Amino acid sequence: MNKSAMNEPGMNQPAPAPAPAPAPRKPPTGAFVFAGVMIALFFIGLMGLLYYGVKKSDTANRDALPSPLIGKPAPAFDLPLLHEPGKRLTLAELRGQPFVMNVWGSWCPECRVEHPVLSKFAMTKRVRFIGYDLKDAREDALRWLEQYGNPYLMVVADESGRTAIDWGIYGAPETFLVDGKGIVRWKHVGAVTDEIIENELVPLLDELDAGK
Amino acid sequence: MRTLLLLALLLAPALCIAQVSDPTPLQFRDAAEETRFHQLTSELRCVMCQNQSLADSNAQIAHDLRREVLDLMNQGKSDSEIKRFLVERYGEFVLYKPEVQRDTWLLWFGPGLLLLAGAIVIVVIVRRRGAGGGVASDDNQEW
Repeated sequence: MNKSAMNEPGMNQPAPAPAPAPAPRKPPTGAFVFAGVMIALFFIGLMGLLYYGVKKSDTANRDALPSPLIGKPAPAFDLPLLHEPGKRLTLAELRGQPFVMNVWGSWCPECRVEHPVLSKFAMTKRVRFIGYDLKDAREDALRWLEQYGNPYLMVVADESGRTAIDWGIYGAPETFLVDGKGIVRWKHVGAVTDEIIENELVPLLDELDAGK
Repeated sequence: MRTLLLLALLLAPALCIAQVSDPTPLQFRDAAEETRFHQLTSELRCVMCQNQSLADSNAQIAHDLRREVLDLMNQGKSDSEIKRFLVERYGEFVLYKPEVQRDTWLLWFGPGLLLLAGAIVIVVIVRRRGAGGGVASDDNQEW
């Protein structure tokens, strides 16, 4: 509100006619085009992100964390054997040849899903196949193996889960490939399928064989 | 078959609980240690339930990692040493506040860059408009 206008008598009268409008300016086309291009680029970028997100949500283990251990020496371990608790197995004893280590537990439903796949793979005797029984009661683990079959060459038992922390294990199932020099070459989080073995694990094993 | 599947699904949570774990609650030496512990674990991300902090999560691995963090604190490790310990094992993911390094530059400076880009666009538009003559002043407008 214009204060002087309010104080004028007869403020209800129509305001004096406005000054004639200035001649219409030419629209600044350059700026509009520039802004348009920027907005379009931004939108395309946003769509790209959305597409990436949708694509990624389709993969089975989209939540799996990439392991920082890949390409690094496997963390040392010294754990009792599940079947002979008096004996222990250390990482050093496994040196020289590659081995696959599968983390499982009798409490883990997904482990039962991958069990037939792993059993079939173990039958090929392609690589030493070590079981890693995570945070399990011994009787439960032994019963589980008896019931479903034991595909492992040896099973180590990590009841406290302390060594699992060194390996960056955060659940079961998880599967590692360690080469003859003790370097972690591959990790899979979640149930292993025939496709994963065929497309990821076997080519890596071929590579390790060729490198020898 | 379907009933079997449903039964399996119903039993799944029960099976998950059957893990062996140390049920004793964490023991703190003093209030300062407890404060530091809560501060630290709330800055760390649970690796299992990925949108909860280590302090909030009730997952088994979170229990174990909390115990591990307290152990490391008792060994006299600093906060940054404890964070490095977890990053070496579980990756950068565990940090809610990632380190400033080459692969996180976009994360850290991306929003600033976007803001800068927006500012440049506005400056350019205003300049161009200014060059075409300002808005005519109209003293008769009542607002």
